[in-house]
Amino acid sequence: MRLEPKPAPSLAITLLYPIAAIILTLLITSLLVLAAGASPFSVFYLVWRGAAGSQFALLETLTRATPLIFTGLAVAIAFRAKLWNIGAEAQLYIGGVVTVVLGTGLLPLPSFLLIPIIMIAAMAAGALLLLGPAVLKTHFGVDEVVTTLLLNFIVLLFVSMLLEGPLKDPMGLGWPQSSKVIAEAQLPRIIQGKRLHYGFVMAIVSAIIVWVVMKKTVLGYEMRAVGHNPQAAAFAGIPVNRVLMKTALLSGGLAALAGFCEVSGLKGNLTLDLSPGYGYSGIVVAMLAMLNPIGVVASAIFVAGIFVGADAMSRSAGVPSYIADVMVATSLLTMVVAILFTRFRLRWK
Amino acid sequence: MRGSANSDRLAPPLALTLSPRRGEEVVNGFAMSPPVLRLSGITKRFGPLVANDAISFDLARGEVIALLGENGAGKTTLMNILFGHYVADAGAVEAFGKLLPPGDPRAALDAGIGMVHQHFTLADNMTVLENIALGTQGLWNWKLDRLGARERIEKMSFEFGLAVDPAAPVGSLSVGERQRVEILKALYRDARVLILDEPTAVLTPAETDALFATLKLLVGQGLSIIFISHKLNEVMAVSDRVLVLRSGRLAGERVTADTNRGELAVLMVGQEVAPPPVPPSEPGPLQLVLNAVSTEKRGSAVSLDRISLSLRGGEITGLAGVSGNGQAALAALIAGIEAPTSGEIIVRGSAARDWSPRSALSAGVARIPEDRHAVGTIGDMSVTENVIAERYLTPRFSRGGFLDWKASRAFAQQIIADYDVKCPSPEARIRLLSGGNMQKLILGRALDPDPSVILANQPTRGLDVGAVGYVHRKLLEARARGAAILLISEDLEEILVLSDRIIVVSKGHLSASSARGERTVAQLGELMAGHGMEAA
Repeated sequence: MRLEPKPAPSLAITLLYPIAAIILTLLITSLLVLAAGASPFSVFYLVWRGAAGSQFALLETLTRATPLIFTGLAVAIAFRAKLWNIGAEAQLYIGGVVTVVLGTGLLPLPSFLLIPIIMIAAMAAGALLLLGPAVLKTHFGVDEVVTTLLLNFIVLLFVSMLLEGPLKDPMGLGWPQSSKVIAEAQLPRIIQGKRLHYGFVMAIVSAIIVWVVMKKTVLGYEMRAVGHNPQAAAFAGIPVNRVLMKTALLSGGLAALAGFCEVSGLKGNLTLDLSPGYGYSGIVVAMLAMLNPIGVVASAIFVAGIFVGADAMSRSAGVPSYIADVMVATSLLTMVVAILFTRFRLRWK
Repeated sequence: MRGSANSDRLAPPLALTLSPRRGEEVVNGFAMSPPVLRLSGITKRFGPLVANDAISFDLARGEVIALLGENGAGKTTLMNILFGHYVADAGAVEAFGKLLPPGDPRAALDAGIGMVHQHFTLADNMTVLENIALGTQGLWNWKLDRLGARERIEKMSFEFGLAVDPAAPVGSLSVGERQRVEILKALYRDARVLILDEPTAVLTPAETDALFATLKLLVGQGLSIIFISHKLNEVMAVSDRVLVLRSGRLAGERVTADTNRGELAVLMVGQEVAPPPVPPSEPGPLQLVLNAVSTEKRGSAVSLDRISLSLRGGEITGLAGVSGNGQAALAALIAGIEAPTSGEIIVRGSAARDWSPRSALSAGVARIPEDRHAVGTIGDMSVTENVIAERYLTPRFSRGGFLDWKASRAFAQQIIADYDVKCPSPEARIRLLSGGNMQKLILGRALDPDPSVILANQPTRGLDVGAVGYVHRKLLEARARGAAILLISEDLEEILVLSDRIIVVSKGHLSASSARGERTVAQLGELMAGHGMEAA
């Protein structure tokens, strides 16, 4: 058995790879469902109904997809330049911190000024947080997988300290949570009385902007060149280190927007459970989308659907909702294998 | 208990190692020779390219076969099939009368075939002894029998003139010493057939002579050798029989004693190729001057120490030298990859500041890199994206941060047409192109802006005869237009044919330049070996 390189597949064929990966994921997880004593068909049906079976379910899925689109874009853009940003979780939390620092009454401004200011500040904070590991990588050769991953824990402890100290809500009955952001700092809801907020629209717009950047601009070209072959890029005169730093700024900024949207659009305040691992799930989202920004939207909705649907399913079928984590993790593994097969074919010998 | 059986395996007496093995009959104390190796009908295709076309030959005991052919003739492919790295599409390999299973290097090793690759496969951070013994012990033997291994290595190195200290870390060895370690490694595994792939490419003439003496000793012990080369004089000096490969086919087979260089050259190239006519040219103004330039010392690589060099327009300056003597550092310097630590780079009279790939390009320096796969092109990007890589920031290809894909594509089509590149479309990923077409694209990218200085580093390595001629013609055209060209090549022949002036590099120093025909090949060889280098 050996792997042989093959030419790039067409767009239509390329779309089949994530689908094959998802089908394989369902097959593998159905074994676990069987082990839990339930029927895979009814469980998957319940997941589907819980994720998209009603207007409420669908809106919930899109709400959950919003931060995943941002973290997915952050990962996709970084991975394109082979900057392995595993720290979207930390960048997300820093975005949340900036949102409550500026949004709880410090700046008494009207909405149309306050929201853009907070957004820009949050992006800047996330960008700077990833710039550190990027500089360590370009100037000292420190592996950014390690630094960005470990920064997640440092930032989470830092947030915990803030919530026990300076940012603690005096009216919070001693819970580690911040005050609520003021009304002017809140993103409006798309449909009155529902949870889906304008952060979702921002996420879609961001995906389109990232797509344009990657396809049409000099920066996107440089990022792809550096990602594919940094040595050849440097030889041709592309400033590899500068490109990596620009990539880091963009990626960190996008991940921080996820934190801004969660606080300002949904939760209202900052707690330690702001993100159930959106930063890490962003890696799955980006990989399922094969790093395509538009694909990120689709795969974020898919991953969010699994989480939302699994919650609903576990209430009625008695299978633990952890099955969602297993499904998402398995889909990452199957997708990595599928991506291998976009470049190589198996030869049996 | 532990180790007793083990040390037997590790250190059999040398006589045993070299005694006749399976498949060899001993008659009157003399080994009668059925072939130790038989290749029959080996065919290998890579896509449309036939790298080996029905090649058959036998290798007898104690015989040295030279496998002669140009770059890309299929020599290395054939040896990789023999050694189990590739699987042939058709044909079979027999060693000592037994069929070798295809695609299994282990089986080749066990059958007594040892290979010394062109690029060494040694671990720099381990000692000579560890490198040699690596992989010869079972996985569960937790302790290396150093004493036994050492004794055996020392005995072998004494016997065959392969002087090397078993305790020295490989990283500290010279290229010649490393090659000896590779040979010892093969012998340690009881190799009866030794394959040497272009072994002299990295050696000085004196080291080459030592290698040939070693080979004679090995043959005297009954080993058989396949010697791969494209250098005619070496083939004449070392072999009993010559097999000539040309574009994948066995073009001829000669007994060395009954042939001559001329005949072999014709077999190798197909017909008497006339070297490109090099018209006389008037040297123009100074285009690029290096004034006492040094480069940073990195690891074991040779750096430059206060070298000076002037390149004039309308002239090809050839840089000859044994590989690894500072060519890489000089090429990196002129390409802008490396900035000088001291000294100055003067472009058309004014000293350059902030030397980088971009400033080199904007100073009119075109670069043809040595490694077109790793450095010259970005394999997974399209032809279009590759041809604009050096100029994507110019107004022709981008405005306001947005790329003009239409203009870029048109440029790619222009290069494809002008430089006769065979490729499916400008959107094709460049790694799907053949080496020759890739090189034509790089040539087009470099020469299109009509550069005043051209750095051509190994511009024809690995290309077929047609592509070589094409590259030479393009360089001569650029010379006629008044460009200053620095040609770096390990192929002395190429340098002698094309260069108006020749400079020899040895251990990071440059010799004084000599005009065409001023120094004999022997004199150049002396300089390449580092003798009589004067300050340039």
